[in-house]
Amino acid sequence: MIDLLSYGAFFLSVALTYAIISLGLNVQWGQTGLFNVGIAGFVAVGAYVSALLTTPATADHLGGFGLPVAAGWLGAAVATGFVTFLVGALTIRLRSDYLAIATFGAAVAIHLCILNLQSVTGGPFGIGFIPRAFAGLADRPVAFSLANLALLAAVVLALYLALEHLARSPWGRVLRAIREDEPAALALGKSAVRFRLQAFALGGAIMGLAGATQAHFIGYIAPDNYQPILTFQVWAMLIVGGSGNNRGAILGAVVVWGIWALSASAVAGLFPAEQQARAASLQIVMIGLALCAILLWRPRGILGEARIMSRHVLRAAPTATPPPSTKSET
Amino acid sequence: MRSRHGSMQASAREGGLVIEAADLVKAFGGLRAVDGMSLSLARGEMVALIGPNGAGKTTMFNLIAGSLQPDAGSIHVGGVDVRGEGPERRIGRGVGRTFQIPRPFADMSVLENVLAGAQGQLGERMWMNFLAPGRVAAQEKAAVDKARDLLAFVTLDRLALEPARVLSGGQRKLLELARILMADPQVILLDEPAAGVNPVLLELLIDRIVALNGAGKTILLIEHNMDMVARLCSRAVVMASGRLLAEGPPAEIARDPAVIAAYLGDVA
Repeated sequence: MIDLLSYGAFFLSVALTYAIISLGLNVQWGQTGLFNVGIAGFVAVGAYVSALLTTPATADHLGGFGLPVAAGWLGAAVATGFVTFLVGALTIRLRSDYLAIATFGAAVAIHLCILNLQSVTGGPFGIGFIPRAFAGLADRPVAFSLANLALLAAVVLALYLALEHLARSPWGRVLRAIREDEPAALALGKSAVRFRLQAFALGGAIMGLAGATQAHFIGYIAPDNYQPILTFQVWAMLIVGGSGNNRGAILGAVVVWGIWALSASAVAGLFPAEQQARAASLQIVMIGLALCAILLWRPRGILGEARIMSRHVLRAAPTATPPPSTKSET
Repeated sequence: MRSRHGSMQASAREGGLVIEAADLVKAFGGLRAVDGMSLSLARGEMVALIGPNGAGKTTMFNLIAGSLQPDAGSIHVGGVDVRGEGPERRIGRGVGRTFQIPRPFADMSVLENVLAGAQGQLGERMWMNFLAPGRVAAQEKAAVDKARDLLAFVTLDRLALEPARVLSGGQRKLLELARILMADPQVILLDEPAAGVNPVLLELLIDRIVALNGAGKTILLIEHNMDMVARLCSRAVVMASGRLLAEGPPAEIARDPAVIAAYLGDVA
């Protein structure tokens, strides 16, 4: 029972770190229509920045500033937001498919940098001994897992509320307007480039925060964690849950991570040890199949896009019966 | 007949020119869609830009609205040279436009379409939604009231919370008008406001355009419906092959042999 509780908390914690990335992608794609295929790179930036800021001093690589975990998370979000802003400043004018190619290129470049900048990132060996939140509880596994889960749940909840607040604000309205019809939005004085860049950088900052939470949860990072498969997983999460819907982004992360974890145990149970490395590819097949099945069943994801309206509009909505037609004026 | 500058200069003395486009050229590949065209609008005027299909009217319109940049020539809005400025800067200079085929934000509510036209909203700055939520809310509430008034003005108030995609073609034109009015432009560019609008809505639309002009708005409209031009405008500017063909009161223009030849094609 305790094992189950502990595993459940572990599973949900990992799923919630993915939910954070998925929320970031929802700002970029779901609300703004920016086709970011470089997610893994931005998550990596957050993970490494936070690791460098918080690990104890070492001779192996730069950094080891020994700052508190919270400072690492904040630094990760700010630094990744800045990196995303720079990538966006160069690429945001590109149409969707070209933006996809450019962001994929950025992610490959980031991956190669962390692999080769050994004096900064530790190279292929990665960075270990990343401080974990609630380290004082480490000798009580259940309490430790639950405390981490509660912290991640609080982060996801806070992000969800903040992003919903933004989606229902005039800022969110402009993003939707630009996504729906850019020339019309321009004619209304909305600078598409400026708003897109803001959404791109905000989404990137959230992905960086997610990278930091993952790094501190696992305690160890290496370049191989940030392969294109991560980007694929997060896209599957958002599409499965419902693009354009923050709840969908969170739900999709839990569902897809569940399929991933279940298929991992199925592979472990069904295949002999020497075949397991190859059989692991079946996990990707499982995600693909689930994606197809869900898109056939619900083409807009499990929850679909939420119809978002300004809270001020809803507050001002008339509750009485509508006034009679005014067409008689004509 | 070609009283090119007469009426314009008269009204310019009264209110001053708000738009001065001089010697504009715009080529697409080998086609010079606008080829040395000039057009000025005096404050409070209502002018029609007419001409046969392919004359370059919409290109001229897009140049004035900033959606296209001219290859040569100059555009001044309120005396300010606006060359090189993108379309998103025009509304700040008091110039608003509608589109030939209306472009509502289809999945947004009718009311939010109009709200999107509001200018200088604090809440459009991301951080202000967290730093000054009270001021954002107050401004937004005022904007909602104004948007509802504008929707009543174009008789779409009952559809305020419906998604814009349910509107008919004519209602979409009315919505575009309300949306651009939200920005309080001094000059309104209307690209074929009557096209595809049923007669009942058309009367309403004409009525509203007259009311706006009466309230001091300067209006330039592209229109094929000569009855409407004659009813609305004091001056018509005729384009053909990217150039100015004739200019003057609509009734005279309609009798101009050169204009008739351009519309019917040169049968000689």
